[in-house]
Amino acid sequence: MIELKREEILISQLADLLVNDKHIAVGAASPIPGAAALLAKEEAKIQNNRLRVTILHSNKYNNFTDGARELFDCAAQGRIDTFFLGGVQIDGQANINLVGTGSYENIQKRFPGSFGSALMYFVVPQIILFREEHSPRTLVNKVDFISAPGFSDENIYRPGGPKFLLTNRALFKFNKQKKCFCLLKIHNNESLENIIKLTGFKFDVDDKITNMSIPNKTRIDILRNKISYMVSEFYPEFSDKIWGI
Amino acid sequence: MKQFDELSLLDIVDEVKDGDLVGIPADYSGVPMKFTKELIKRGVRDLKLYCLPLTTIQGDMLIGSGCVSEIEAAAVTLGEFGLAPRFSEAVEAGHILIKDSTCPALHAQLQATEKSVPFMPLRGVIGSDIQKYRKDWQVIENPMKSSGNKNEPILLLPAVKLDVLIFHAPCVDRNGNVQIGRRRELATLAHASKNVFVTTEQILDIDLFDDELSAATCLPALYIDGISVVKNGAWPCALPGVYGADNDEIKKYSIAAKTQKGFEDYMKTFLFN
Repeated sequence: MIELKREEILISQLADLLVNDKHIAVGAASPIPGAAALLAKEEAKIQNNRLRVTILHSNKYNNFTDGARELFDCAAQGRIDTFFLGGVQIDGQANINLVGTGSYENIQKRFPGSFGSALMYFVVPQIILFREEHSPRTLVNKVDFISAPGFSDENIYRPGGPKFLLTNRALFKFNKQKKCFCLLKIHNNESLENIIKLTGFKFDVDDKITNMSIPNKTRIDILRNKISYMVSEFYPEFSDKIWGI
Repeated sequence: MKQFDELSLLDIVDEVKDGDLVGIPADYSGVPMKFTKELIKRGVRDLKLYCLPLTTIQGDMLIGSGCVSEIEAAAVTLGEFGLAPRFSEAVEAGHILIKDSTCPALHAQLQATEKSVPFMPLRGVIGSDIQKYRKDWQVIENPMKSSGNKNEPILLLPAVKLDVLIFHAPCVDRNGNVQIGRRRELATLAHASKNVFVTTEQILDIDLFDDELSAATCLPALYIDGISVVKNGAWPCALPGVYGADNDEIKKYSIAAKTQKGFEDYMKTFLFN
């Protein structure tokens, strides 16, 4: 049996969510989503399917020529199927906070900022929330600052929104009608009790809850022999840490 | 007669006045680090940084050196090397004013100035706390009958005109046209700035407009107020297509700058070696 890194399982899990896409875009600080998108593209190629991947922080895997605004224009035009967002905090209604903790006027811990989330969350049909740390401080009952809301009033233009939330322990699906997350899969070494304990918000549990799928040998070979080198172009620190490249 | 003003780096530094609203390019579009070094040495104060849409080590160094009173950005970060420590501490202590924004809004505010219209609409953002704290932004109901959705609330952003923009470019031709390649956000910044200065790796004795391929990569000289040749001018940041980032140096900075004392020690070496 091949020994797998936790990051490799996450990459594989994300890649499974991308199989129906035509165009995936990947933003800042996202080595795992970046690797997953390139893996999905490589696997689509084997199936003779065309999948475009735009990685913003790469020169090589970036399809845009009209400057940094093109990502947002392209997304607003409906030409991007999947995008990834993170959060210092994510709450049970899928609101995300990339700004900081404590009250905004008297901030306790300041983080980088909202990036493009306040538009992308509204216009990209499949937003996958990705936050490795699964703890009561990251998955909270209510975020301290809303960089982008999980849902909007009926009259707001919003073809996009949250579909999934992946952490290093679990995969949730967002239920738009009920405005809450539903637990779909848990990591092999996890128990449901532990996930409940480590999640700061209430969530539903799917009837058919399973373990996260383990990538097969073919997928692992593609990831380690090909994708790893591609990722090293735009996330050298990450590739070095995970694959020693 | 030469078609542009070739300046020294210090001439360009002198063009930035205390209190100016300064355009700041992202880490992928040619960060003028040698210029930033000299600006810090001159002891400029009260700058207002307008980041398109984010800043990394450049903004963090200016903030840590006490040059900044206000920053408008979608993010301030050292990317793979974590939080921008001087920025975070300055905001937590209330030493600088942060106007939190989101990437497309920062683009749109400059696009309004490009077109010389007073505002630009943008979708999304409504219902976020970004919108809640931006008193300079407004929401109206879509007034159009033939486009968009009826009764749709839409965000309006004010046009922003920059006092000065400085960026670093791979090359300039003999007529002062600047190669920016696909980094078209530099054109947006330049179109919306009263003054634009460029540091560049080299001036080439060619005309980029002779060839359709190279013409398409240019920011025309008409937007540029002065150019200075500065070798390795983006270090330790990357200059896309020319050299990569010096990740060891940025990592070194990210560790040193965790405390103000560590930052000051780092800057002594950085500024004067």
